[in-house]
Amino acid sequence: MAENPEKIKKVSIIVSKGSLDGIYPGLIMANGARMEGIDVNLFFTFFGLYGILKKYNNSIKIATVGNPAMRVPDAKGLPLPTLVGLIPGMSAFATWMMKKEMEKLDIPPIPEMLEMVHDAGARIFACKATVDMFHLTMADFIPQVEKVLTVGEFYELSAGAQIIFT
Amino acid sequence: MATKTIAGVTLDITEEGYLTNPAQWNKTIAAELAKEEGIPELTPAHWKVIEFLQQDYREKGALPTIRRINVACVPTKEFYVLFPGGPLKKAAKIAGLPKPASCV
Repeated sequence: MAENPEKIKKVSIIVSKGSLDGIYPGLIMANGARMEGIDVNLFFTFFGLYGILKKYNNSIKIATVGNPAMRVPDAKGLPLPTLVGLIPGMSAFATWMMKKEMEKLDIPPIPEMLEMVHDAGARIFACKATVDMFHLTMADFIPQVEKVLTVGEFYELSAGAQIIFT
Repeated sequence: MATKTIAGVTLDITEEGYLTNPAQWNKTIAAELAKEEGIPELTPAHWKVIEFLQQDYREKGALPTIRRINVACVPTKEFYVLFPGGPLKKAAKIAGLPKPASCV
């Protein structure tokens, strides 16, 4: 490299979607950041909150409708039209297929992955506006969730960080 | 390819400092590499990780994931304490292994 730009020291990752492909990228980036020695704050908002709700975070699924890139039975297979994606069990099946591939790569299920990134030193927060909107309390969250934060507190915490919205 | 000399031995290394010839590795060199990575002394807990990585690499041809290390060697929390600031990269470098090639 010709130049040597400053290394990333800190990231704030926002997880805003509650599908499997909405939650995992943030978790993989969080884990990868910690593996590089980068400080991580994970902030869950809107339907992304389902990633840290202990009652639901082990049953997160892929949406098989409204995803024009979705193909079956694998990434180079046939397109999955929305009407077919509507068939009961399609989402569960697609989720099962993808989880199987992830397991091969040693990517853990969501609850275990959250425990892993937390053990690795990432801090995990929930968004206050959504928590209020959904009528949730700390008791609904997995124990790794440190606090419910306002947007203002999130920005304070993100001082000096790169912010990644997923 | 670059080289560097540690404890009187010339080592073949990559641009990022990973050994390219495992035959050049020994425990004295590991201790010196550890110092360069900010770990003043390799304790038995460090050695347990280093030996696990080497064994896994021999058997599988790849470094273990953080998850596998957690299950089979040392809890994630402790791994990060032992090799602060990038545990797998640091441990791999000290163990004379290539740079981690997996995302997890």
